[in-house]
Amino acid sequence: MTQTETAGTRRIVIDPLTRVEGHGKVTIHLNEDGQVEHGRLHIVEFRGFERFIQGRPYWETPVIVQRLCGICPVSHHLAAAKAMDMIVGADTLTPTAEKIRRLMHYGQTYQSHTLHFFHLVSPDLLFGFDADPGGRNIVGVAQAYPELAKQGIRMRQYGQEIIKATAGKKIHGTGAIPGGVNRNLPLAERDAFLADIEQQLTWARGALKIAKDYTLANLELAGTFANFSSNYLSLVRSDGAMDLYDGNLRAIDSAGTPIFDQVPPMQYHEVLAEEVRDWSYMKFPFVREVGPEEGWFRVGPLARIATADFIDTPEAEAARREFVDVTGGKPNPLSLAYHWARMIELLHAAEKMAELLQDPDLQGTDLVVKGEKRFEGVGLLEAPRGTLFHHYQVDASDQVTMANLIVSTASNNEAMNRAITSVADKYLAGQEITEALLNHVEVAIRCYDPCLSCATHAMGQMPLELSVHAADGTILDRRVT
Amino acid sequence: MCLVLGIGNPGRADDGVGPLLVEQLVRNPIAGVRVDANYQLVIEDAAAIAQHTVVVIVDADTSGPTPFWFDRIAPQGGMSFSSHSMTPGAIVHAAETLFESRASVYGLGIRGMEFDAFREGVSPQASDNMAVALSFLRERLLKRDFASHVRKRS
Repeated sequence: MTQTETAGTRRIVIDPLTRVEGHGKVTIHLNEDGQVEHGRLHIVEFRGFERFIQGRPYWETPVIVQRLCGICPVSHHLAAAKAMDMIVGADTLTPTAEKIRRLMHYGQTYQSHTLHFFHLVSPDLLFGFDADPGGRNIVGVAQAYPELAKQGIRMRQYGQEIIKATAGKKIHGTGAIPGGVNRNLPLAERDAFLADIEQQLTWARGALKIAKDYTLANLELAGTFANFSSNYLSLVRSDGAMDLYDGNLRAIDSAGTPIFDQVPPMQYHEVLAEEVRDWSYMKFPFVREVGPEEGWFRVGPLARIATADFIDTPEAEAARREFVDVTGGKPNPLSLAYHWARMIELLHAAEKMAELLQDPDLQGTDLVVKGEKRFEGVGLLEAPRGTLFHHYQVDASDQVTMANLIVSTASNNEAMNRAITSVADKYLAGQEITEALLNHVEVAIRCYDPCLSCATHAMGQMPLELSVHAADGTILDRRVT
Repeated sequence: MCLVLGIGNPGRADDGVGPLLVEQLVRNPIAGVRVDANYQLVIEDAAAIAQHTVVVIVDADTSGPTPFWFDRIAPQGGMSFSSHSMTPGAIVHAAETLFESRASVYGLGIRGMEFDAFREGVSPQASDNMAVALSFLRERLLKRDFASHVRKRS
């Protein structure tokens, strides 16, 4: 536990015991009147990975970057592959390559959203935020709702099997290569997936209903829980549709007014900048023309629903309309609404998989294209937690000389800090960390599910540490979960 | 049937010691022993655990005894703030609750020293610790004798 004092504020810290990544650390800072000044989520170190990639042959990158994250390696695999498409001059992939990659990505989205909802969030929604933590977990869900818990596992397995079939294996897949893919989907495997897709659609509809019903039944709570306005950013298709795999950048403000639109991936740095703050290893991206103070934005399901004009699958589009009707068509600012938005995307991913599995292009044999080599490439996609940026430069000997990655957790950094501040302001009574405060801070963080990218997971690590700091920097209380 | 599950990130120095041990078992397999490796424990591991009689989860340890500890993993509730971490105890609990697992699940925690680096390959100390742990585990797997050889973490 540490204590610090900064002009006029006190700090409450939740610190990692070591600097090993994978820890979350939350600090709550009080002012001289003992009121919450601000809360911060500290995620330890990320940028080292960019140096780790330098000097590697560019074609290794789509495989190496999967080591960034054990939960969403496919997102990094595909973003790097898209950047390398530019390097090899592959401006348009073959239909088979494009669709195999999309299937892989929807499988990834499906399994990741399932994991998040069933195994991280459903205990909060089913038992309430203040329920005993001993039973408010996946095991508690399994005991009270055994079929729901098994359903979650079977949905995740389906997504994982899609990944295995398209990427070659569930972990360290090699399916996407510069300029295309190295495999198609044989009919026998396709038929096995098709046999189960209706069941998956049914379960996805059920998960969406749980999230929607919960949000609508608890709008008063949601309206007072980590509710704040922000800008929003995502990729959208040229016609404004939600597109999780490809598109151009669109940013809107809290009223839904466009800040910029249809910015090609290669020009991302013209509209976005990154700020470094002395207390965090993570970068803070912001919209250049708005500036670092007001230009921060949210990414992920809530942002994608806000920025997209429509969704190109019928059931998800109907669900989107219900979602936006709640706020009269304006962007929804509620952190808790992330869960409903995420389940709309879950259904969209299932619908997309159903559509793709019927497409004979998946059995095509024209897998790779190449053109004139370039020395710079940018790959963007909508990872489960938000827009993912991979930017590389290579030299004449094909080695990576520069890598810049912006992960969704960095983009949501400011939003998570505000969510923690909001919750702490409401639930911190005095200077002591209570179960209620800890519960609600965790619930707020779970809305965004920060990717502890490049995380290690050795035994002995503490998953989350929370501390409260006085205006003079003294640590007033500290808890480790 | 036994399962040895190595956990860790091979691109993060000593965090990769679990998968590294599994690699050794792949090179020199033991009859009746399945092996697998992953970055981290995930909920589906609960289903895999339920399909075996004995499961050994091998992971790096940041602060345990040198060279290793070996002990039963007790089922444990609790909830994470992130989908990016799940404890061995929670997995065992899920296996028993969801899949009626009767497996005896052990943890093999190998002491590591370097976790901050982006580097493939473990430190010499972790490598030495792993070699001792591997020898111990191999004997346990060959003899199917686990319970009487517990070495507590603390």
